[in-house]
Amino acid sequence: MTLLSIKPTGQSPGDDPGHRYEGEPGAVKAYLHNLKVLPRTIRDSIVRHGRPVSDRSRSQAVMGNFFLHVLPTRTHVNSLKFKTTLGLGVITLVLFFLLVITGVLLMIYYKPDVNQAYDSMWDIMYVVPTGRFMRNIHRWSAHAMVACVILHMARVFYTSACKAPREFNWVVGMGLFVVTLFLSFTGYLLPWDQLAFWAITIGSNIAQSPREVTEALGITQQFDIGGMQKELLLGAHYVGQEALTRFYVLHVMILPMVLVALVGVHVWRVRKDGGLARAAERIPSTPPQIRATTKSSGPSTKTWGLMAIIRSKTPHVDKEMTNTVPSYPNALYAVGALSMLTVAVMLIMGYFFDAPLREIANPLVPENPAKAPWYFLGLQELVGYSAFMGGVGIPAIVVLGLALIPYLDREQEETGRWFSGRSGGRVALWSLLFTAIVTVGMLVFTVNYGWMRNWEMTRTVPQIVIVLVNPGTVLVTLFAAWSVWTVRRTSSTRLGAIALFTCFLVAFAIMTYFALVHRGPNWQFYWWPSTWPVH
Amino acid sequence: MGGTKKNGEQQHPLPPSLAQSERFVPPKTRRDFLGLAAVWTALGTFFVALVGAMRLPMPSVFPESNSRSKIGPPSAFQKGSATHLVHLQAWIFRDNDGGMYAISSVCTHLGCIAGRQDTGEFLCPCHGSRFNAGGEVLGGPAPSALSWLELSIAPDGQLVLDRQRSVKRGTRLMA
Ligand code: HEM
Ligand code: FES
Repeated sequence: MTLLSIKPTGQSPGDDPGHRYEGEPGAVKAYLHNLKVLPRTIRDSIVRHGRPVSDRSRSQAVMGNFFLHVLPTRTHVNSLKFKTTLGLGVITLVLFFLLVITGVLLMIYYKPDVNQAYDSMWDIMYVVPTGRFMRNIHRWSAHAMVACVILHMARVFYTSACKAPREFNWVVGMGLFVVTLFLSFTGYLLPWDQLAFWAITIGSNIAQSPREVTEALGITQQFDIGGMQKELLLGAHYVGQEALTRFYVLHVMILPMVLVALVGVHVWRVRKDGGLARAAERIPSTPPQIRATTKSSGPSTKTWGLMAIIRSKTPHVDKEMTNTVPSYPNALYAVGALSMLTVAVMLIMGYFFDAPLREIANPLVPENPAKAPWYFLGLQELVGYSAFMGGVGIPAIVVLGLALIPYLDREQEETGRWFSGRSGGRVALWSLLFTAIVTVGMLVFTVNYGWMRNWEMTRTVPQIVIVLVNPGTVLVTLFAAWSVWTVRRTSSTRLGAIALFTCFLVAFAIMTYFALVHRGPNWQFYWWPSTWPVH
Repeated sequence: MGGTKKNGEQQHPLPPSLAQSERFVPPKTRRDFLGLAAVWTALGTFFVALVGAMRLPMPSVFPESNSRSKIGPPSAFQKGSATHLVHLQAWIFRDNDGGMYAISSVCTHLGCIAGRQDTGEFLCPCHGSRFNAGGEVLGGPAPSALSWLELSIAPDGQLVLDRQRSVKRGTRLMA
């Protein structure tokens, strides 16, 4: 005490513990006091609100917490209904987090070297503690994520959630869809087993396939975009170490970063676009107008100060906060429950089912049949008609076509309503029937009669025509025609869009099933895998 | 630049309260120009930097293995035989008259290895391309025939197969 009393003053100690005078005994007291309340001070410096016990402090928690503020402070009751979202976006996101965690763990032992990669997979499975479990979770989550992205896309589409003002988020979603597929593709190359090696071979040759067109046009010498793409991917003219390094960098660094950036924009836009699309509650729609003052007109107590000069159709303007509940706990607990469910399912899958690992890569002999994972089987079927159109052309057309749907169909629509009501449901059913018939018909035809390269009479047809006109492009043309016809018949672009989307979805499912079950050795048709010839 | 300015007022109508504000000064043409120039310079720089960054992964030297391999003297191949050199992904044929040729088994569709059947046909396991005994397309997605590879004789009398060089269909080495 005396040591600190360097500069005595007339103030009596202790009358103001919060106020500190240098060298005074009061400072020591304050110091001890601060020490005593240190845990609370630290907590208060992290979270600025009190315990989340009242609606008010919970709202503050949602607003003031970086992680919670992806949620609005209040959520509309309709948004919380399971049938509005099926929880698929959240599940996808949770799967991605699981993938990041298990992926980083796998990176600790995995070696991206053509001579060591395969062995390191065996180490991970049989030597590394929990290695096999982590690998299984990683693999099953990857499969589940692809499935959930597709289902999420379908639910967004069928509930009209892709329409204005959410059309840009739909485009961001298409980007996420593509990146997710690329992540899966680059992922299953890493074990360097038979699947990996031949998938890279085929994938890089698909990247080279624009040559099919440049060759047919005779301009490959001047403009070899296909060759450039292949060199960029492989870093060589054959599949080897350079290729593995590149795919590794893509898988663990570039693509995850792109995905994280896109997910950030995506989730942020969900809020900025007015929250989840949900069933309307019949508010008379007043035309958006300028509010020059912050005077509240109506029951809303929110001040719209910054909105004063916004004239656009920003979804929040002029909407009241009716029928909402605090997001904490309602939305937060829903998200928590979904996360726990997702993680639980993945843990169980990972515990009981081992992820496959084929034989070590053999550059001399592919497996027969060499099948891609399920989500690429439809693509493999298409590639089996034409490398360029199946691997590049049709996927590009489909992704572009889907992305543009909400820009071409601007009908004002009640959102959050599945299939836009009964007529949409009917259109979807008819489209399902139509697609099933033409797709199965086309498959039966090609299995029995082949296509132009098999026919004597088409020997003289120019290559470019054979490339452009194949079962895949014919189907896409039929779907487009069906969609246009639906627009004309129902005079509704929304119903036409439902027709088109349903066609693509059903065709994807049929192709996937067909390639999974009915393709055998040499990609020939078999009724069942049990009827495959044995060597 | 002038055009931007002229209808600038139309493009951004302001609420009366703001337009009348004294503090709000609409941009002058020169500032407009400088601003735009700055933006385009920044974009240009970014673009050039992007091209520079993209240049790195485009290799200018390729790691290559030697594409020429010695495969033994012609006498090692019986007349009227077909021999599969698995590690070279090629089939070596020797006709009854002694003429020799080599056909690559790398599928011209997407690079899988087509297997030769007892009938002489080649079938590809990946998407079902079919080729006849001479490598010509019979069906499936392959756009062109299997290539015939160059065969030559080294000074020591051994056959040399070059997997990078194809020769015209029907070219045979009399040996
Ligand atoms: C990595 C993949 C993706 C993740 C992590 C993701 C995540 C999310 C999340 C968390 C939501 C909130 C609502 C919900 O749970 O449904 C959402 C909504 C949405 N997503 Fe995705 N998504 C992904 C892919 C896609 C795809 C492929 C599309 C479509 C092409 C898409 C389009 C949309 C749209 C338009 C909304 C707003 C829906 C509404 O307002 O009701 N997303 N997404
Ligand atoms: S790689 Fe041979 S058919 Fe596709």
